[in-house]
Amino acid sequence: MGMIPARFDYKQAGSVAEALQLLASCDDAKLLAGGHSLVPLMKLRLVSPSTLIDISGIAELQEITDTGPVLRIGALTRHRVVERSKVVAQHVPLLAHVAALVGDPQVRNRGTIGGSLVHGDPAADLPSVALATGATMVVTGAGGERRVAAGDFFVDFLETAVGPDEILTAIEFPKRTGAGFGYEKFVRRSMDYAIVGVAVQAGDQPGIALVNMGSAPRRADAASRALASGAGVDAVAALAADGTNPPEDLNANADYRRHLASVLTKRALLAAGYR
Amino acid sequence: MSLIGARVLRKEDPNLITGQGQYVDDLAPAACAFMAVVRSTEPHARIVAVDTSGARAMEGVLAVWTAADIATLPARPSSLPGMDMPLITGDVARFVGDVIAVVVAADRYTAADAAEAVIVDYESLPAVASLAQALAPDAPMIHPVLQGNTVFFQDYTQDLSAEFAAAPHTASLSLVNNRCAPVPIEPNVVLADWGPAGLTVWAAFQAPHHLRNTIAAFFGISQDTTRVIAPDVGGGFGAKINFASEIFLAAALSRALGRPVKYTQTRSECMVAMFHGRAQEHKVDVAFDDSGRILALQVQVTQDQGAYPDATGMGLPVLTTAMSAGCYKIPKVAVSWRNVVTNTTPVAAYRGAGRPEASYMIERVIDLVADETGVDPIDVRKTNFIPADGFPYQTHSPLAVYDSGNFAGALDELLRHVDYAALKAEQAARLADPTAKLLGVGFSSWLEIAGFGPPGSLEAFGHLASWESAQVRVQPDGSAIIYTGASPHGQGTVTTFAQIAADQLGIDFDRISVRHGDTAVIPQGIGTMGSRAVAVGGEGVKTASTRVFERAKKIAAHLLEATEDDIVVENEEFHVRGTPSKSVPWSQVAWKSFQPLELPAGMEPGSLDATVFQQVPNFSFPSGAYCCVVEIDRETGRVEIRNMYLVDDCGTVINPMLVEGQVHGGVAQGIAQALYEHMQYDESGVPRTATLIDYLVPAASDLPGYVSGRTVTLNPSNTLGAKGVGESGSVGAPPAVINAVVDALSHLGVKHIDMPATPQKIWSILRGSK
Repeated sequence: MGMIPARFDYKQAGSVAEALQLLASCDDAKLLAGGHSLVPLMKLRLVSPSTLIDISGIAELQEITDTGPVLRIGALTRHRVVERSKVVAQHVPLLAHVAALVGDPQVRNRGTIGGSLVHGDPAADLPSVALATGATMVVTGAGGERRVAAGDFFVDFLETAVGPDEILTAIEFPKRTGAGFGYEKFVRRSMDYAIVGVAVQAGDQPGIALVNMGSAPRRADAASRALASGAGVDAVAALAADGTNPPEDLNANADYRRHLASVLTKRALLAAGYR
Repeated sequence: MSLIGARVLRKEDPNLITGQGQYVDDLAPAACAFMAVVRSTEPHARIVAVDTSGARAMEGVLAVWTAADIATLPARPSSLPGMDMPLITGDVARFVGDVIAVVVAADRYTAADAAEAVIVDYESLPAVASLAQALAPDAPMIHPVLQGNTVFFQDYTQDLSAEFAAAPHTASLSLVNNRCAPVPIEPNVVLADWGPAGLTVWAAFQAPHHLRNTIAAFFGISQDTTRVIAPDVGGGFGAKINFASEIFLAAALSRALGRPVKYTQTRSECMVAMFHGRAQEHKVDVAFDDSGRILALQVQVTQDQGAYPDATGMGLPVLTTAMSAGCYKIPKVAVSWRNVVTNTTPVAAYRGAGRPEASYMIERVIDLVADETGVDPIDVRKTNFIPADGFPYQTHSPLAVYDSGNFAGALDELLRHVDYAALKAEQAARLADPTAKLLGVGFSSWLEIAGFGPPGSLEAFGHLASWESAQVRVQPDGSAIIYTGASPHGQGTVTTFAQIAADQLGIDFDRISVRHGDTAVIPQGIGTMGSRAVAVGGEGVKTASTRVFERAKKIAAHLLEATEDDIVVENEEFHVRGTPSKSVPWSQVAWKSFQPLELPAGMEPGSLDATVFQQVPNFSFPSGAYCCVVEIDRETGRVEIRNMYLVDDCGTVINPMLVEGQVHGGVAQGIAQALYEHMQYDESGVPRTATLIDYLVPAASDLPGYVSGRTVTLNPSNTLGAKGVGESGSVGAPPAVINAVVDALSHLGVKHIDMPATPQKIWSILRGSK
């Protein structure tokens, strides 16, 4: 009953190549980055990997690079670093803003952006940023790098497009310099996962994405299209929950979640500068 | 200068904040083995088979025990005959968390693996997960000895039908007092070491002597070779006066294995195994006139006892019904209660234990009467208060004779901080603006029964007695050690008791140590619960210190060749009044107190040492007035507490910082019950909130700042005048919060909302009103 994980082997990888090699050679191995999604599941024995491959020491995955059109953020960059990065605040301000709202300071000092995205938790904050901004995931496997659009990345509950022998190595965020943004996170306690969250990215290619409104992180497609076509705030907000199949739990039934999605979308749109 | 009322820094803190505290889990004697527990995952099931072969075969496993292995041991102490809680249940599991097997291994990880390897074959039985299910006709039964699921039923203490028939108005209210989990930071932890010289048990416990006496009786061993030590204890909230089965199992396993056995409960286990609190339902009828004067009150309390009734749990509705009239002079009060078993975690003491339930009920009733009559809630309170000159006041209950209080005074002091008229104007203005958040203002004038100390008050719950011990022992250098039986678990007793002793002895605060929590060191003791530590234990320290000081004065007078009555002490110097030059330091008096040739005739060496078993004639009655201001988001239903105003009357304050800490913590737990926490089960009896993801303990960032005031009416039952404050916040806060929430929604015709007032619940109301 909790707290003590089952036995596992522990290996450290010094490079992406070494991590890929270890992944290929171990059955049922898991990558360990910040550990803030994986370790709690292991302590509850909901997950019992045979081997943990610790990639947290790979320096090349901890860099934030300005490539011109995009900001490339290494998958092992900690939330706290993203939150405090001047270049992120300047070019993808929604990301900097939301990174500061993940969990609590302890979580943000350990958790990584890649770990959060690749976990595929529909209740996590950062997938909605990737979806709203139209980010691209850089996935590395034995055959080299491949790029996956955020919209194709989140497959189902705790399931992403990253294969068992692949590693999410970086996320490329298109620059949204100077564009408005909004993020609304509805919680009962300040440090909790969102009951419902909504991310809005304004600008030339606007996007709206939802937190905890289905089995996987998802874009609010109808609302995003309406926004792009110039619909008003109320009309866009009314479409927020279109096509969703929200979960039901002690905090919210599906009706309440749909309602919250609409209310929060309106608030996020207003915060992003829409009227 | 007196230290009573001084903001003295805690003596405990340097240790605790530098990580040097010593909790049971920090202890690791040589050859220590680790216990893990296999718990029922079924709410109610016949146990067909328990396969322990896999666990036994694991390397490092020292023992795997099922019910058959403890057949010679009694059931868990504090159980009720015929409904005993087995330490390990063999035939039937009666709640999720019931112990089915225990495993001991050489290390903690192997123990966890082995527990996981025990396979239990269940045959599910129909379960009762709620009071409604338990009381339904033909409900499944949990204990064959009962007819149905009601353990005890007390019919209305008097028939008030004539009063209700004659009253100008009547109203009724059904209330649920939501089940809470105590969630101390430190769960239950025990280390048992049974050697040739006897048994030593280190336990996270609030009453070590009580545990020592119980363990000795349980195993049929002698108390002189049974030692219980409660080192630093990381919170308890009442849950650590319950005899956790694991304590007795660890001791039995240590005896069998011949090595120390340690058990540290995990948080997941703690949520279902540590006894819960509250879990009451109330049916209330009230009769009143046009002015809001209450003429009669009728309360029926139904207490969920969980799967196994506990002696403390059985007492909860007694306390609730005793305090049902709150601060009010109500001519006729009839109470009724029943204790009911369900397939859930047992229920016992949790911060306030029976009294928060009472204050919540009566304070909701007051606001209901206000709503029905149109009289302001403040005025309804003032109309019905027991007047300041109305004490002692015999309530409808023989248990409760209120001995002091000034309820109107506390409310007036509160209104000095609250601009009530401005708030009501703001509320009206917001109602007119559909985009504005709703505003609600709620009050509670609360009263509790505390200071458990009069003879009989704790014996009823199985304790040896209700006094508290104190020993004051001056050392040869003039420093002093205080020994108290009121073993703390975070209260700051080491500080407050040193303040009390310093005042009486004239010894510097920094040269007074307070020891507690070890039955081999402390001369008997009862424990810390029911807000009694200062009111009874602190009074004991004062009495013992006074005795020692009188003897020290005799010695000083002898040394100074003066008369005893002329001796005063200042800055640790005894001198003759008016002649400061003629003096002798405390250190010399102390030194000479051990030297027969230096003593006055008839005085024996070592006399600066006194032990007191402090008795008090009555309970204490802390009271106060709280006000909560909430804002409600009309779109989401989210409640936010904007302001919380707190006026406490706990009598004499020994240390204002510690009183504030207790009030803030208690209020936090009260807000938690009102807005966040609710231990829930599904219809089959499976807990739905057994992790801290689902069971919402609020953090500091979720709580408001507090504005505090104070009134002081002295406790006439001790010379300190202190009433106790440990539970006050949890008694006063829930009704203030819910009264505010109901006030914010009253324009929609809302008369009541059950705790916790969740956003979804309020959104449903707001949506329904459209």
